[in-house]
Amino acid sequence: MRFYEYEAKTLLGKQGIPLPKNGTANTPEEAARLAGEIGGPAVLKSQVLSGGRMKAGGIKFADSPDEARSAAEVILKLEIGGQLPRSVLVEAKANVRKEYYAGVIYDAVAKRPLLIFSDMGGIDIEEVAEQHPDHVARMHFSSLLPLSDYKVKETIASIGVTGGELTGLVPIVTRLARTFLQYDLTLAEINPLAQLDTGRFICLDCHIDMEEEARDRHTALLNELGVKREETRMARPPTPFEIKGAEVDAKDTRGVAGRVVEFDGNLGLIIGAGGGSLTLFDAVRKHGGKAANYCEIGGNPSVTKACELTKLILSKPGVEKIAVMMNVVSNTRVDIMARGVIKGVVESGYDPAEKIAIFRIPGSWEDEGFKILRKYGVEYCDRSVSMNEAARRAVEKVKKG
Amino acid sequence: MPSMFIRVDADSSVHSNAELAKKLTEICPVDIFAQNPDGTLRIVEDNLDECVLCDLCVEACPPGAIKVVKLYEG
Ligand code: SF4
Repeated sequence: MRFYEYEAKTLLGKQGIPLPKNGTANTPEEAARLAGEIGGPAVLKSQVLSGGRMKAGGIKFADSPDEARSAAEVILKLEIGGQLPRSVLVEAKANVRKEYYAGVIYDAVAKRPLLIFSDMGGIDIEEVAEQHPDHVARMHFSSLLPLSDYKVKETIASIGVTGGELTGLVPIVTRLARTFLQYDLTLAEINPLAQLDTGRFICLDCHIDMEEEARDRHTALLNELGVKREETRMARPPTPFEIKGAEVDAKDTRGVAGRVVEFDGNLGLIIGAGGGSLTLFDAVRKHGGKAANYCEIGGNPSVTKACELTKLILSKPGVEKIAVMMNVVSNTRVDIMARGVIKGVVESGYDPAEKIAIFRIPGSWEDEGFKILRKYGVEYCDRSVSMNEAARRAVEKVKKG
Repeated sequence: MPSMFIRVDADSSVHSNAELAKKLTEICPVDIFAQNPDGTLRIVEDNLDECVLCDLCVEACPPGAIKVVKLYEG
């Protein structure tokens, strides 16, 4: 789940990371008052969850409270990425000498958090990594053992930062990494981490995402920030298709049919099990397939749940076929999945043999499941066919039409 | 929509036995059995395809009195 910038800054401020003087306004008058309190040039920033604010006109500068009022009037009415701002952040404009980048992400391959630091901040870090790799330092660190300032210092120094800059940056970057661990974050990024004319370091912009599953561990923080339970906090508002997907999941407590995400392809996906969703989604793309959706089904869903999810996916315009693929399952029953999916296809008015490109769910009760699939003429495979190969076959079938 | 995969056949001795009907209602994990107001057995058609083939109902009844039929076999 994503935080608004003002919330992310509140969190970083609590952790002792320096911030510009700021406040949030919900009306132009409040923005003018805050700009007056700042007592100098201010920057006004639209509080939306999507990126591209500068390009969209969601960030404006003001030299006086009157200018701040006019800027806020525009920003508060401006939709960015389909979202109206929650508020406008009014912040003291900083006189910047140099911009740095500091970020922490979770490296799923290394299974450890990764600290990334660059002395070329203010721009996209991927771009810096590609064009100026010698300006990017990286360090994996333990999510269990305490993180020492010294390791952070070594990392920053490895790209040539020395002296007062090094001394000023280490505590901020270390606090950022500790915040990442303390609050189960999946992304904690300060960009730019600016050095002011005065030599002081300050967080000018930041992005923070928290692991969705960790929300219950941090209710005190979320309550303090005013994040409501029902807020999904995705980068964009859910589509009607995604809302219906969440309803399918919520209506029946048996198993999971969650995280339905809409895409514009022609191959509907019913995928899941132990990381299977991401692997299979990637495999479909690798073979040139165009997914109509992403989802995570598992935990032994009922026939009804699998059926309703199938019907939802088939109701999406442009879906030509569906692929039903999972990793090897132990607690999800293959026969129950087969029943649910076939029922959904039949209730949608289609022939399962035509509509299901492939059914690849190996595991418990597979013999029973395969009997059902044979009866309806559905192409299926067991664990001797890899997820990658199953995805390839599904994509090929859609291409053949 | 009628069930596509499972049918449950219970003979008349099961249908009319309120005590057995109560037991079946309690043991079936997916609510395929219910009781009519007079206590007799009612099979909940809408739930038939959810049958998990656990055989608890078969074991709770006298031999052969109830059958769980897989419509996709044979
Ligand atoms: S086999 Fe199990 S799930 Fe099926 S009807 Fe009997 S008790 Fe219910």
